[in-house]
Amino acid sequence: MKVNVHVSLKPGVLDPQGRAIHHALEGLGFAGVNDVRAGRLIELDVADDTSDAALDDMCRKLLANMVIENYRIEKVG
Amino acid sequence: MAFTAGVITFPGSNCDRDMAVAIEAVSGKPAARIWHGDAALPDRIDFIAVPGGFSYGDYLRSGAMAAKSPIMRAVAEAAGRGVPVLGVCNGFQVLTETGLLPGALMRNAGIHFVCREVPLVVGNNQSLFTAKYEAGQEIVIPVAHHDGNYYADDAMLDRLEGEGRVVFRYVENPNGSARDIAGVLNDAGNVLGMMPHPERMIEPAHGGTDGRALFESVFEGLSVA
Repeated sequence: MKVNVHVSLKPGVLDPQGRAIHHALEGLGFAGVNDVRAGRLIELDVADDTSDAALDDMCRKLLANMVIENYRIEKVG
Repeated sequence: MAFTAGVITFPGSNCDRDMAVAIEAVSGKPAARIWHGDAALPDRIDFIAVPGGFSYGDYLRSGAMAAKSPIMRAVAEAAGRGVPVLGVCNGFQVLTETGLLPGALMRNAGIHFVCREVPLVVGNNQSLFTAKYEAGQEIVIPVAHHDGNYYADDAMLDRLEGEGRVVFRYVENPNGSARDIAGVLNDAGNVLGMMPHPERMIEPAHGGTDGRALFESVFEGLSVA
């Protein structure tokens, strides 16, 4: 089973990388970019019988830092 | 008296030798060098240092992989027994990722790697790690990091300040850290994480000796220095 884990900074947590990307986009002349937040995509290939609880556990114990990040699990096939 | 300090080394640590040299210079006793894959600490361990560097290449997040290494389970267990633990720079990141310290260290607000000497104020000189400093004393210690931007939610920041756990603050914030925090204690007061490198300010030849009192504080507290 292919699973995508999307890790993103919690709302309100300053994102220096997103801000730098924002500035770079503006520097390239792209107008109308209101905000940029940078996250991380982790692609997992796991056994088909991997439980949702186990996937949650992987995210909370390692893939995301719950102090500053949220995660979203997406099963892609 | 018997005294054993240990310095943990992960793949990618690069301040471990400096830390061991500093510990020996102040305590007069060589530090045990402990590899990340070891499952246990030495039978006797009085002080543990988690050094700076780029453990595991900063993969995933700075300190995230090291925090899951076998030795950190033993470090957490020792910290729970009250053994003093000092995490510097990447060591601070490892301790937050391990859950031994609150908060997280994010990318510097200015994006750039910051490598320079910075003035700090000693926020609390009643701690195990700062007893030899004066309250409010200004000291100079170098920083060298990319991810030193301390973050915790407001409730936790209020708590850290209220409980005297912010032991070092930046005079000029180099990285965007919340409330200028450079170093924090755990709630029991025996675990300190800080981004600046006290082990680099031990002898006059280093350009200053302001880091020495930190080690003296701990070792005198343990009656070994």
